[in-house]
Amino acid sequence: MRTGWRVAEVIGVSQETRTARTLRLRLPGLTGHRAGQHVDVRLTAPDGYTAVRSYSVASALPGDELELTVEELDEGEVSPYLVHGVSVGDQLEVRGPVGGWFVWDPADPSPVQLIAGGSGVVPLMAMIRAHAAADPASPGATAEFRLLYSVRSPDAAYYGAELDELAGSDLLTVTYVYTREAPAGSPVPPGRLDARALSIAVLPVSANPAFFICGATAFVETVADWLVQAGYPADRIKTERYGGMGSTP
Amino acid sequence: MGIVSPGFFGRRRQGDPALPPGQYLTESFPVLSAGPTPRIAPEEWEFTITTETGQVHRWSWDEFLALKQDDVTQDIHCVTSWSKLGTSWRGVSLDTLFESVESDCEFTMAHSYGGYTTNVPLDDLLGGKAWIAHEFDGEALEPAHGGPARLLVPHLYFWKSAKWVRGLELLRQDEPGFWESNGYHMYGDPWREERYW
Amino acid sequence: MTDYLDGNAAAGPLSEFFAIDVTTARGRCLHCGRTDALATAQLYPNSHGLLLRCPGCTEILLRLVDTGDTVCLDLHGLSFVELHRD
Ligand SMILES: Cc1cc2nc3c(=O)[nH]c(=O)nc-3n(C[C@H](O)[C@H](O)[C@H](O)COP(=O)(O)OP(=O)(O)OC[C@H]3O[C@@H](n4cnc5c(N)ncnc54)[C@H](O)[C@@H]3O)c2cc1C
Ligand SMILES: [Zn+2]
Repeated sequence: MRTGWRVAEVIGVSQETRTARTLRLRLPGLTGHRAGQHVDVRLTAPDGYTAVRSYSVASALPGDELELTVEELDEGEVSPYLVHGVSVGDQLEVRGPVGGWFVWDPADPSPVQLIAGGSGVVPLMAMIRAHAAADPASPGATAEFRLLYSVRSPDAAYYGAELDELAGSDLLTVTYVYTREAPAGSPVPPGRLDARALSIAVLPVSANPAFFICGATAFVETVADWLVQAGYPADRIKTERYGGMGSTP
Repeated sequence: MGIVSPGFFGRRRQGDPALPPGQYLTESFPVLSAGPTPRIAPEEWEFTITTETGQVHRWSWDEFLALKQDDVTQDIHCVTSWSKLGTSWRGVSLDTLFESVESDCEFTMAHSYGGYTTNVPLDDLLGGKAWIAHEFDGEALEPAHGGPARLLVPHLYFWKSAKWVRGLELLRQDEPGFWESNGYHMYGDPWREERYW
Repeated sequence: MTDYLDGNAAAGPLSEFFAIDVTTARGRCLHCGRTDALATAQLYPNSHGLLLRCPGCTEILLRLVDTGDTVCLDLHGLSFVELHRD
């Protein structure tokens, strides 16, 4: 039988936040991937029971390595194992990277508006990294990128230092929305994203941006609806719902 | 078997003799969502039994609630491997509903609001083995779990216990329902692990 | 809220059938005629199988059941699928 399952080796682990961990995998035979794709990970218990979950690729590397960032969900079946149970040298079954729809194409010169809720920042980070590493001759390399990142608190944000550094260039702007706890001294109190804050933070309708929205299903659904109501064409909005992870904007 | 992850056990608990093979025990009541949840107001709800001659027996919500009600405690087994023991339900026995029904058929197809179907032999619905249940744990059955009312055939895998049930059609020959036409077993006995064809 | 994902997340299971990424193909709904990339359909993954529903009318476009030994694919809700060669 032809199946797409291959064995990856865990070659690095690093704590991303208190509740999330980045795993670096080597997948023999892989020659890069498109920014925004995901893999399916299959775990098999000693009694043969299996569980499959999808994880976006966070990295934008050309070779046979890729990174995933997994957020631990309370009572989750797979994520606690990936966050605590896996160590360097372990093997994992992986299918992909797959998905040709929720991807950024360096040949597209459009400005890009990324909107992340929590761990939904993962595939958007791959796009930001691919953009930063793009061949300067490709039409997308000089496209404007904006990230709107809704996150619980400053210490729950992924990729902080790297995003700060990339946001120093004039090609990337990052706006944070803190839903539960704002940084000390912040003029804006913590609170959920609303339609007004959204319309201020994102690229204007006149720029005709390409949108990529990713996060818990309720977050993605709400934000996409607000954008359509604000006059952005639905066919410019691509979404990646992660499922019911309990959080809304 | 693929690569085994030594510390990974999934949501399974220890095997239990009360459980059919390959099942694990759960305390929660997982919702398997195959589509948008139909919301049916009691005024709109009806339940029908349609015989091979086209005769239709019909109950409105009030008529259905006026029938003799049974309180039952049953173990349920989902083909996706969870089992839940000692669940309590209130509903109308299919024996009660079939009292006035004349038919020579051996098979039935359950039809649900939302379009779902599943086939069950008539023998498995009669003899105190099946109910149309409208309360779970002393509360009105929630829409996510099949409310206003669902079929309850606990001795078969739980996909046979059609949520949002609206009627039974009597059939001369067995026909596959929604999942049965796509790989699932026609009968579905959990003790014989009749999961797939 | 009903918990569905994007059709895009079905790319892995569908890759067992199709050599190309079929989630980027445009499919026409048999029931309402809406035609769009399968990646934009509503994916219900945690049922007895994987279901893709039309975002226009919520009827079923595609069903996939993995029994371990076999994988069954039912495409009867799609009246037409269009692929683009790169
Ligand atoms: C395309 C795609 C890409 C994704 N990328 C990422 C990513 O990059 N990073 C990331 O962290 N996640 C990602 N996800 C989400 C990921 O696939 C998992 O859904 C997530 O990790 C949760 O899996 P789990 O097994 O830990 O939780 P599950 O076991 O699936 O449970 C999910 C939640 O439901 C509750 N629950 C469900 N069933 C039960 C039960 N029987 N008993 C008790 N509680 C229950 C749990 O409390 C938990 O909070 C992605 C999803 C998709 C579709
Ligand atoms: Zn349709």
